Amino acid sequence: MKPSTKFAVGASVIVAAVGFMIFQGIQSTGKYFLTPTQLVSQTEKDPRYVNYGLKVSAKVVRGSIHRDLEHNRIDFSISDGTKSFPVVYTGPASSIPDTFTDANDIDVVVEGKLGRDGTFRATDVIAKCGSRYEPVMQQQTKAS
Amino acid sequence: MTLLGNFALWAALLLALWTAAMAFFTDWQRRPMLAVAVTRGVYAICAALLVATVALWRGIFSHDFNIEYVWAYTSRNLPSYYLVSAFWAGQKGSLLFWAVILSLFAALAQALTSTRHKHLLPYVAGVTSLVVAFFVSVMLFGHGNPFERMAVTPPDGKGLNPQLQNPGMVMHPPLLYLGYISITIPYAFAIAALMARSLDTGWIVAMRKWALASWLFLSIGITLGMWWAYVELGWGGVWAWDPVENAPLMAWLTLTAFLHSVMIQEKRGMLKRWNVSLMIGTFLLSIFGTFITRSGVISSVHSFTQSDIGYFFLALLLVSGVVSFTLLYTRWPMLVAEVQLESLLSRESAFLFNNLALVGIAFAVLWGTLFPIISEAVRGTKITVGPPFFNQVNIPLGLFLLLLTGIGPLIAWRKASTANLQRQFIVPLVCATITVVGLVILGLHDFYPLVALGLSGFVIGTVGQEFYRGIRARMTLHDEGMAIAVLHLVERNRRRYGGYIVHIGIVIYFVAFTGLAFQEKKDFDLAPGATETIRSPFGHTYLLKHMGVSQYTRLNRQVTAAALGVSVNGKSLGTMTSETRQYIDSFGNPTFEPSHEVVIRSTLQEDLYVVYGGSPDGTERARFTVIVNPLVAWFWIGGGVLIVGGLITMWPGGPQLRTQRRRAAPQAGYSVPLAGVAE
Repeated sequence: MKPSTKFAVGASVIVAAVGFMIFQGIQSTGKYFLTPTQLVSQTEKDPRYVNYGLKVSAKVVRGSIHRDLEHNRIDFSISDGTKSFPVVYTGPASSIPDTFTDANDIDVVVEGKLGRDGTFRATDVIAKCGSRYEPVMQQQTKAS
Repeated sequence: MTLLGNFALWAALLLALWTAAMAFFTDWQRRPMLAVAVTRGVYAICAALLVATVALWRGIFSHDFNIEYVWAYTSRNLPSYYLVSAFWAGQKGSLLFWAVILSLFAALAQALTSTRHKHLLPYVAGVTSLVVAFFVSVMLFGHGNPFERMAVTPPDGKGLNPQLQNPGMVMHPPLLYLGYISITIPYAFAIAALMARSLDTGWIVAMRKWALASWLFLSIGITLGMWWAYVELGWGGVWAWDPVENAPLMAWLTLTAFLHSVMIQEKRGMLKRWNVSLMIGTFLLSIFGTFITRSGVISSVHSFTQSDIGYFFLALLLVSGVVSFTLLYTRWPMLVAEVQLESLLSRESAFLFNNLALVGIAFAVLWGTLFPIISEAVRGTKITVGPPFFNQVNIPLGLFLLLLTGIGPLIAWRKASTANLQRQFIVPLVCATITVVGLVILGLHDFYPLVALGLSGFVIGTVGQEFYRGIRARMTLHDEGMAIAVLHLVERNRRRYGGYIVHIGIVIYFVAFTGLAFQEKKDFDLAPGATETIRSPFGHTYLLKHMGVSQYTRLNRQVTAAALGVSVNGKSLGTMTSETRQYIDSFGNPTFEPSHEVVIRSTLQEDLYVVYGGSPDGTERARFTVIVNPLVAWFWIGGGVLIVGGLITMWPGGPQLRTQRRRAAPQAGYSVPLAGVAE
């Protein structure tokens, strides 16, 4: 076999391995990423989406955050304008990013499960970086 | 000042378009005055953008809150060093920062490149000017103008985001930008070589230092980003596989691949197409990185929310991708390899596998980052992947790469003989074995950490052997003392030994990443005077005692601080104080949300990392997240080693003649059939 053919064989093995690992990785760790409206329509179509680990992206409803430090629990609501859910996060407050606030419609990604009672039990809350809400700032500029 | 700033931006735009037109559409090859005019055009663009830069800084330092950008990112009580960094704190300012730095680099490239390459320089000027014109256009036409004024003048600004009020954050964005921006220069050389049909190794020699500089800036920027995430974000890790972290990593990976594969082109005249493609790919990834972090198409912690600026970058990405690859296609036949691979057991082949692994990792990262978009387009539902995906795929690939890092320098060019393999591999293999056996005896039984540390031992063995042989040879041949021999060895072969030092830095990173696998994390709820313990993987026991909560006001913030008395194995370490901060403006009104300030006690062995999570209303009870992070300090040490090695490889002057190909002179002792010329 020519060395370049040998190399081609070796390279194909590596490329195939990378492809397989990517495929395998997505199969075993991928998570659905839905908006509240999509989640509602999916659970109506297919009840397996209830109590199934997934991520929901929405905005924090203004003024809805209730922090209960005593019980390590934060209650809030998320909405995409059409559908909204109450969310319960249980865990240390220090794991929640500083940018998590209900002051100005921030985007939030919650990871967890939607219970049968319609409450989303979050295991992780990710809020977007607060420094760059330029559209909001521009609105304020126009208002002032 | 805004009038001057706007004027300067327009001047820069017109000059850039003029310079590009001159470079691409005139007959400068035959009329040297035109080539001189193109170079002067580059200097003039740079001058105009420097004026704009001074104008923006003046606006910031004079607290001219009528300028929207100054109002949005600074305040009267902001410390003055953060006024400097406010320049690039927001989108508009960072666009100007990008443009001015690129124009500076473009001017330096014109001024510093040897006249041997003057047939490339006007094309280089054309490419860089077009990219500058793009950035200035985004500012002027894409709602990105930092000199925009408002109808009213607010009495004070909104202030700088607390997470950006950190010394690391003053340096991290500009260094990362420097990395991204400087990629444009080697890319411009690649395009210039294609346009001039000058496709020997000349363009590689001309741009090599620029590629190294980009690589070094990217490395420093990424490392500082890790440090910032570690000390500022409070989750106790350094890398979260967020799109904004993945973006520079992908460019870094392809650039690393490029730096290795150009060596094959220089030495053997192979891989010409691959090298040009890698350079184009790296440039596109740098633009893509900017696009995804600014467009909001991919959900990221740091995304600039849905701004249309992203679509300018998408357009640049598509246009430059199509133009570059079309150009490459038309020059395809001129990029034939001069020789063929002679053996699978050769350094060429080790480098090729190294390239495959690096590009494979970059591809996996790209695929994972884009998967939400791909899955939505293909299946209609968005599916995201997180750290488990990236770790699962990249850890094996990374370890394969680490193995190649050890093998590459050991194996001969062209074709390795069995004798060569025996002579070279014994010491590194012994090092790897001793490492693994030693660790198993010490009680480490986890598979991946053992492989990672064993391979680290292997690479250290390789580098150690290379240094030892070089030093010994100098000591006998030139009758030099040890220290002098080391100095001369590195000085006479900067690229080689600088590269080895970089490899040591990379090994240290791998060791530090391995340490993170043994993180210990606990949440405590402590009444004043109460104690808790946490045990570290190295067997130390930390005793933590809640000393109480205090509140006070500082320059631009109200602070709530909780103190922990800490002792390790019964020996007191003093007090560690973690804070929550509420930033305020000069009227005492709160700005931003409360932020957490972590406190870290760092040793070479492990870090104790404490975050105060707040107190229930009206009590002095406090919640703490306490983390023991083994070996984290080695990230910063590895970064330092990497910088030293990188600087050695690019240090100017000295004997650089060895860059010429040594194809005619086979190394003694190996059987080398003369290379076939036909492909």
